[in-house]
Amino acid sequence: MFGWEFPPHIAGGLGTACYGMTKGLAANGVEVLFVMPSASGDEDQSAVRIINASDVPVDTVSTTVDEFLGKVQFVHIGSNMVPYVDPQDFTTMVEEERRRQVKDFRIQYGQKYKFSGKYGSNLMEEVARYAMVGATIALQHRDEIDVIHAHDWLTYLAGIGAKQLTGKPLVVHVHATSFDRASDDRIDTRVYDLEKKGMEAADRVIAVSDLTRNIVINKYGISPDKVVTVHNAVDFSGRENLNVERGVRDKVVTFLGRVTYQKGPEYFIEAAAKVLKRCPHVRFVMAGNGDMLNRCIRHVARLGISDRFHFTGFLRGQEVQKMFALSDVYVMPSISEPFGISPLEAMQTYVPSVISKQSGCAEVLKYALKVDFWDVDAMSDAIYGLLNYPAIAALASRCGHDEVNALKWTNAASKIRKVYESVIK
Amino acid sequence: MKKSLCLYFQVHQPNRLRLYRFFDIGKDSHYYDDFANRTILRRVAQKCYLPMNELLLELIKKYDGKFKVAFSISGSVLEQFERYAPEVTDSFRRLAKTGNVEFLSETYYHSLASLASPAEFKHQVLKHKAAIEHYFGVVPTTFRNTELIYSDAIGEMVYDLGFRTMLTEGAKHVLGWKSPNYVYSGALAPKLNLLLKNSSLSDDIAFRFSDRNWSDWPLTGDKYLGWVKKAAENDEIVNLFMDYETFGEHQSAQSGIFDFMRYLPEVVLKDGEFEFVTPSEATRKHKPVAVLDVPDAISWADEERDVTAWLGNELQNEAFNKLYSLSEKLALVNNEDLWADYGHLQESDHFYYMCTKFFSDGAVHKYFNPYDTPYEAFINYMNVLSDFILRVDDANSVSDANFAAPKKETAARKTGRPAAKTVKKSAPKSAGKVAEKAAKPAAAKTVKKAVPKTSSKAAVKTTKKAK
Repeated sequence: MFGWEFPPHIAGGLGTACYGMTKGLAANGVEVLFVMPSASGDEDQSAVRIINASDVPVDTVSTTVDEFLGKVQFVHIGSNMVPYVDPQDFTTMVEEERRRQVKDFRIQYGQKYKFSGKYGSNLMEEVARYAMVGATIALQHRDEIDVIHAHDWLTYLAGIGAKQLTGKPLVVHVHATSFDRASDDRIDTRVYDLEKKGMEAADRVIAVSDLTRNIVINKYGISPDKVVTVHNAVDFSGRENLNVERGVRDKVVTFLGRVTYQKGPEYFIEAAAKVLKRCPHVRFVMAGNGDMLNRCIRHVARLGISDRFHFTGFLRGQEVQKMFALSDVYVMPSISEPFGISPLEAMQTYVPSVISKQSGCAEVLKYALKVDFWDVDAMSDAIYGLLNYPAIAALASRCGHDEVNALKWTNAASKIRKVYESVIK
Repeated sequence: MKKSLCLYFQVHQPNRLRLYRFFDIGKDSHYYDDFANRTILRRVAQKCYLPMNELLLELIKKYDGKFKVAFSISGSVLEQFERYAPEVTDSFRRLAKTGNVEFLSETYYHSLASLASPAEFKHQVLKHKAAIEHYFGVVPTTFRNTELIYSDAIGEMVYDLGFRTMLTEGAKHVLGWKSPNYVYSGALAPKLNLLLKNSSLSDDIAFRFSDRNWSDWPLTGDKYLGWVKKAAENDEIVNLFMDYETFGEHQSAQSGIFDFMRYLPEVVLKDGEFEFVTPSEATRKHKPVAVLDVPDAISWADEERDVTAWLGNELQNEAFNKLYSLSEKLALVNNEDLWADYGHLQESDHFYYMCTKFFSDGAVHKYFNPYDTPYEAFINYMNVLSDFILRVDDANSVSDANFAAPKKETAARKTGRPAAKTVKKSAPKSAGKVAEKAAKPAAAKTVKKAVPKTSSKAAVKTTKKAK
């Protein structure tokens, strides 16, 4: 299994999902070898063996560099644009380029490469190198593995490389697509290409929701019978509910997540303004950071509600728990959300949630209130209802809690196991 | 008659807010970054206040009363002196004793109250007057509003408070072809004399003095006097107004600023064309030459010389409106702590930190700003204000309860607030719930009335400008 991150050092939901999934797979009798670019050594390895790509030198294959490159050189990204050349020159250029690559390879890949494992500016380069190293690792473990499982575009190249080198079937897992990261006309085409390449090369594509499955089919042109939906679950073990003393007597409505276009923060603000017009004793909190944050602050100031609308900035670890414990209603107004784990966390803490119909988790949650992200009236209505009618709040809180506790990774993993079985011939 | 040279220095330090999180709201009501405030005050005291006061004292003695200056010292900084550097107060007191130093009146909290609420404005001016009298034994007779903010309407309020002289900026967009080097009179208060800052000559000292890229660097006393004489060739008075922190803090001691100031009086007095005057002497000596029309507020800040440094964007307007919408509720509570916090939250600096005019005057703004971005400044301020609003509401419900119970008279506020007093008076000692209910809206109304159209006008105008 190729991943990019694993708890405790995570930047997004991907690492958490991988952790839960590997535990679930272990419970289903599947042994997982987890490759990640930069492991710190403090990962929980009870259910999984972690291979740190930063520790693996690639010199074992140096004898067959040519063969290796022949199979995986397509992963080189950032190839130079070549102006008009005649066919003769082109051939020489390709030859030269190839020789240079072999040399580079010996220099760069003949040793360990220290991955940052972050999402920095040289992400593309790391992705390419990770593919090289990942493929090598797969080759080293050729006899142990039956299926290659790659999570999100960062690791697709590694998956493809591994498949090419080992001949084992490839499953790619789509946690998010380019279309969830930006609006349609502004997607990163380099990422889109990698995603498409990965999905095309895969024997099966697992999507985290039907919503995502549809995107995979419609926007990436993948054959529907290759794409399977396996909804995420959530692992709450080792989590205790905090008892936090409240500083404010007012009810608190919370938005928690990256403050970016995709998460729909502005709809939350509009809804807040509407609710505040009706019932003054409510506070709204926007927790998180992102490129829309400053715009949101100005928006709130313009609406004249900033004494009731608070910004906390980015919250870590315990602070997130504390925020949930302080909340009366959780709102996730995402414009496009492949799955969305945060409302599950909120509901687990007995916080009733309002989620957008455009989120994957809406497919599995019965006791969350669902509205269209653009329907600010409906959103404020739902918030107002949960704040003012104790009956519905109590119901959503109690049943919601039970509902998310029933979403077990063991069940999701058994579906994944079935996918594995279908590709192993 | 000799021409006049009038030196005036502004002394002020804000109470900077600590990092105040959403999680603190309702739990912790200490708002100030005591460490930063203490450190900065002690540093400025060592670098500027103490040595410069010493120098001024020496000069006043040396020229036997021929050298004079004026100060405005905000209540906020007086409190900080008291807390962190009482020796600075003593040093100002020594200056006061010479009789050659005029202390000007201003709003106690260095606030923008003049743009928001005449009642609050008056309260703070009186509070400041009492403080100056307490510390320095003099009653200020000349007024200087926060950052030289002035408009016709403010001039009228100041006149009604009994002042006959006021300082403001010689803003080009207001003066047009007129010279700042005369005394003018207010448009709505014809008997109010206005002294206008000569911006170019003041900024030569305050901003350019140590700039080595400046073609006129280094500045010497003789050169400077030449400029002053040229500027006032046919005029009467040159007003040099600046931050006191110019000396030793903004312009470091190494730049030679102290030597410059040591030498300047000698050059000026030897030359004999000019004499030093204090603002109140200046308006006794010179008669106003014309009326100055200032319908929109001006100040000494930024290129625009208006109030957009504090009320120029939606963040500032929102914070400002939320803050001043509380004055009505506060008029009903009798709680020294709340009053003090309300005052400190009004310090104009908090709004200055939220300014987004980064490009033209960014350097100056950045220098004075403890926050990385105006957004952080806004969030922090609003978090503090949210907690403060909670406390005000609590206090209000408590005071409601007190009215209902047999009322025990609490000690009247020293710096009495008219609105608060009316409540007390109109509520008879045996007041029951009914009387209280009757009294409360009435009191609220008087406060409302006291907030005239000007404030909302000013607010609307600034929002317009922001757009």
